[in-house]
Amino acid sequence: MPVFTPPPLPSDDKRWKIVNGTMRKNGFARHALIETLHTVQSSFGYLDDDAIRFVARSLRVPLSQAYGVVTFYHYFSLKPPGKHTMTICAGTACYIKGADKLAAAAEKHLGISQGQTTKDGGISLMKARCVGACSRAPVVLCDGEVAGEVTAEQMLEHLERWAVE
Amino acid sequence: MTIEELEQIAKSACQENDKYDFEVNVCMDLACMSQGADRLRDALLKAAEASGKSVLVRRTGCMGPCSSGPLVRVDPEETLYHHVKADNAEAIVNSLGGDPVPELQCDLNEHFDKQVRVVLENAGYIDPEKIDDYISRDGYKALLTALTEMTPNGVIHRITESGLRGRGGGGYPTGLKWGTVAKASGDLKYIVCNGDEGDPGAFMDRSVMEGDPHRVIEGMAIAAYAVGASKGFIYVRAEYPVAVSRLTTALRDARRRGLLGNGICNTPFNFDVEIRLGAGAFVCGEETALIASIEGRRGTPKPRPPYPAVSGLFGKPTLINNVETYANIAPIVRNGGKWFANMGSERSKGTKVFALTGKIANTGLVEVPMGIKLREIIEVIGGGVPDGHTFKAVQTGGPSGGCIPAEMLDVGVSYDALVRLGSIMGSGGMIVMDDTSCMVNVARFFVEFCMTESCGKCVPCRAGTAQMFTLLTRFCTGTGTMDDLELLEGLCETIKEASLCGLGMTAPNPVLSTLKYFRNEYIEHIVHKRCPAGVCNMEAPVEVVA
Repeated sequence: MPVFTPPPLPSDDKRWKIVNGTMRKNGFARHALIETLHTVQSSFGYLDDDAIRFVARSLRVPLSQAYGVVTFYHYFSLKPPGKHTMTICAGTACYIKGADKLAAAAEKHLGISQGQTTKDGGISLMKARCVGACSRAPVVLCDGEVAGEVTAEQMLEHLERWAVE
Repeated sequence: MTIEELEQIAKSACQENDKYDFEVNVCMDLACMSQGADRLRDALLKAAEASGKSVLVRRTGCMGPCSSGPLVRVDPEETLYHHVKADNAEAIVNSLGGDPVPELQCDLNEHFDKQVRVVLENAGYIDPEKIDDYISRDGYKALLTALTEMTPNGVIHRITESGLRGRGGGGYPTGLKWGTVAKASGDLKYIVCNGDEGDPGAFMDRSVMEGDPHRVIEGMAIAAYAVGASKGFIYVRAEYPVAVSRLTTALRDARRRGLLGNGICNTPFNFDVEIRLGAGAFVCGEETALIASIEGRRGTPKPRPPYPAVSGLFGKPTLINNVETYANIAPIVRNGGKWFANMGSERSKGTKVFALTGKIANTGLVEVPMGIKLREIIEVIGGGVPDGHTFKAVQTGGPSGGCIPAEMLDVGVSYDALVRLGSIMGSGGMIVMDDTSCMVNVARFFVEFCMTESCGKCVPCRAGTAQMFTLLTRFCTGTGTMDDLELLEGLCETIKEASLCGLGMTAPNPVLSTLKYFRNEYIEHIVHKRCPAGVCNMEAPVEVVA
């Protein structure tokens, strides 16, 4: 039986070595698909076609299956994130405490809907499935940092600050 | 590692702590962190150094009453301070050895008095990144006792005797599940810990994994010994980065101490654990979907049987339990099954951790004995509904649960009682709603969640939740009719009966329970095109004649 040789790295970008490292750690086993995609996303910020192809080929997973996994799970993103990301939690406690009003205010302010990035690539407006800080609802994440009991004014102020940067 | 060595570590850890005159514990759980607990800790460390006093500033997991955060507890006096800012650090350090700082002291006796802490016994008392802190509070004693003094069957017998039921929501008897996996044939078996806390509005498992990670690992190791497994996986949500990092540290430390790995405690028992990251899919809380996800595939459920206990991960017998279930194991092995069975109600033993949130004064984590009245949780422990509003409903069980109205609050909390009320225990989210919440809109919120989270494998769930959402949207925009209501009720029954997995079977619960207790709100929306709570934006608002 011929020995499987993994494909060459797509480019000299050092981040591919990190991705390869995750696969090697798992012995290039097929069940490492999700783990590897996590590494790609944490290294590159999102998953593009090249990355999915590379991972699928390295793990000998059909491309359709790899793409299926990427689109099945909410955590994976196919679009590059903006410079800054404002994430509004959409958990139940946040909903009860008026997170929908926060979302509406942010959408109006930025002129985009949730899940999109402003045209200049400055700010992404995202929606989180519960981050688990429910006791301080409503919660937003400013570039990943949790802020609790947020008012629309506070959130807009933050967005303004990012805009002038 | 032997029991003697373990006791030695515990002793020296205690001696290490005794070197200090005072202990200042800072809650550094997510809720307190979002209010600046990290800056507070730095300020306390600085103030302690400047004061010349011998003070140990310790980072701890969740202390419970998150709405009062950031929280600081000074030991040995057990003085609890609330809403502490970095500016208060100096005052707290100066007060050590004298009178406490009155303006920061909080009185939460009523909040704590009704609680019984088993799962959360260490939360707020240990540094989650220090294995010695855990060992000094009897950590890993249960594992070593089980390995050296008990047979695998003896362990299962003790768990069965305790009456512990799965804390993930279903309430399947844990001892019975363990027994099935133990009896399954095959050399290779797996232990899986379900830390995919997908219920939006619940965070018990996150707090346990972040605040006391070794407790979960110890529970898994005991389970592995009992059923004859040598490999474990913890499946954690990727949305919980702190939990992942704490568990990684904990696993590394446990391996270093010889509490994981080969030949644990000089016995032939081998066990190790790997972390697997979830990627954001509610359906992965279902055990067959979770297994598919660990195997690197889309998280779609499979019909059962075969149950995972017979053919699970990679086709091998697999034991899957929730984080809180594993967290109960060590104390049961240590104190005996009867001790556990003495707590709680007839068919629901022990305690349950709830994440109390929404329109309630004291939000946070509470642990109560089963059988306690909902009213006590909400009015006494939770401190009631604030700002002069009135209580309307409490939602338990997340998107699979239901809304319980005020007139049912005197029911004792147990698996069976909540099912009778049209809800479920679930993993433990408890969201309080007041008169500003519209129950039709709440039902729509949950149905929208289930619609987005449906994996798409079976038609009743995939198409049914979408149709339910359309009908509920009609009600919320004032375009629904009484015929729509009838259609909705029929649809609920179909989805409940015909769906493949738990997600679909329970998706109609929020609709059915609100229809049962708040039917008049639906009628108001349909007949009078009016939202009593003023939440829904009706397309054609009817003018109210004064």
